[in-house]
Amino acid sequence: MALKGNLRDFTITQLLNLINLARKTGTLFVQGPTEKAQVSFQDGKLAYAHISGEDNFLATVLYRANKITAAQHRTIKTRAAKMSDKELGLLLINANYITQQDIIASLQAYFVSVVQRLFTWVEGIFYFENDVLPPNDKITTRVNLENIIIEGSRKMREWEHLQSEIPSLDMALKFTDRPGVNLRNVSLSVEEWRVVSYIDPKNTIRQIARTTQMNDLEIRRIVYGLLQAGLVELARPIGTAKLKFTVPGETKEEQKSLVNRLIGRIRTI
Amino acid sequence: MQTVKIVVTGPFSAGKTEFIQSVSEIDVVSTERKITSEAERIKATTTVAMDFGRITVGDDLVLYLFGTPGQRRFDFMWEILSEGMLGFIVLIDSTRPETFREGRSILETFKAYAPTPYVVAANKQDLSDAWDLDDMRIALRLQDHVKLLPCVATDKETVKMVLLELLYSVLAEMGEGE
Ligand SMILES: Nc1nc2c(ncn2[C@@H]2O[C@H](COP(=O)(O)OP(=O)(O)OP(=O)(O)O)[C@@H](O)[C@H]2O)c(=O)[nH]1
Ligand SMILES: [Mg+2]
Repeated sequence: MALKGNLRDFTITQLLNLINLARKTGTLFVQGPTEKAQVSFQDGKLAYAHISGEDNFLATVLYRANKITAAQHRTIKTRAAKMSDKELGLLLINANYITQQDIIASLQAYFVSVVQRLFTWVEGIFYFENDVLPPNDKITTRVNLENIIIEGSRKMREWEHLQSEIPSLDMALKFTDRPGVNLRNVSLSVEEWRVVSYIDPKNTIRQIARTTQMNDLEIRRIVYGLLQAGLVELARPIGTAKLKFTVPGETKEEQKSLVNRLIGRIRTI
Repeated sequence: MQTVKIVVTGPFSAGKTEFIQSVSEIDVVSTERKITSEAERIKATTTVAMDFGRITVGDDLVLYLFGTPGQRRFDFMWEILSEGMLGFIVLIDSTRPETFREGRSILETFKAYAPTPYVVAANKQDLSDAWDLDDMRIALRLQDHVKLLPCVATDKETVKMVLLELLYSVLAEMGEGE
């Protein structure tokens, strides 16, 4: 069934992870803010990638990878414009211009670079079409996604880091009672002041973010800064003491019988 | 008279009201309001405060189903609702991946309130753009032991199945405590 959504909510990292773990075969179409991309996978490995409007003719890819000269590139483009990538590849290999490894390596590098660019798209509609593969005349690769994901995730590392520092926005903040810390002596930005003015064990970070109209990343950045500076600390919002799990009933037998009665009743609905 | 309660939670528009309505013997006492916020206007009404359904088991035992309001600005209600619950169900709209993160966060929050058993229900599985369960498990980062169940809130049988699975988990949990 369909895998579709918006990158704003489901990131490229998450998508690639999913495709990798589920060993999917098919093509991911992404409509970004200004560009359109299509990325194909075979058994969870990167097979092909292309950004619409970009020249991805094999000769051009090889030229950009410095595997052929500008003159060779020109010649091929004029003389072999109608040739498919597969035909051209065979021709170049047979003519001893270039090795098969060179071709594969250049294409891999190109496909990976396309995918890396996707990591910078924070917004965009995506759609995964099962079992759709690139045009038959294109050469495909098999690149493990792990490294691509790792590399791409570096871009998101700040975000991840902040999330681990502040795992839940449902926590509240309170001022540390360290002697000598006086807010007046700290120079805060306008945004920081706005957050500081709402600090209260009754307000969760999420509520503060709502009120100050900050997104998750923005509020986390600011809270992280305040935490690092030792001005505030995380606190359980007032009134969220842990409750114990208990089933009504005096004895274990009574409790079990109660649950079994519920089960019996629901079966007959 | 003994009463027990199960809480049905999940992101905005996941199908909580529908879910409770499918098995409740009373019309869900719901506190629906017309939606005013532009951003959330993908349907006409939303639940404020909570939904409330009932299943009578016998003269001496009643099961209540409580549905949380979907919008986060009502989440001060959650803690009150979760007090003394037998377990909870997190409903996720399988067709709206943009709500998965929120669903996860709701799950974490309820887990923090009370250490009761819970199950996750992948709702709206009848729609053609519903995500597969395997994909949802990965996307929601649910561990293997967490029950993720297919659900169609308008179909009583799947709703029963979700409730039963939760009760089986409750039994299992009690067994472990012995
Ligand atoms: N096709 C389909 N539609 C469903 C299903 N469950 C709910 N819906 C529809 O989805 C919409 C939202 O359902 P509600 O039950 O209002 O959702 P809710 O979680 O109570 O929403 P809030 O209270 O606003 O958070 C309604 O139009 C329902 O009819 C389902 O399993 N399949
Ligand atoms: Mg509702």
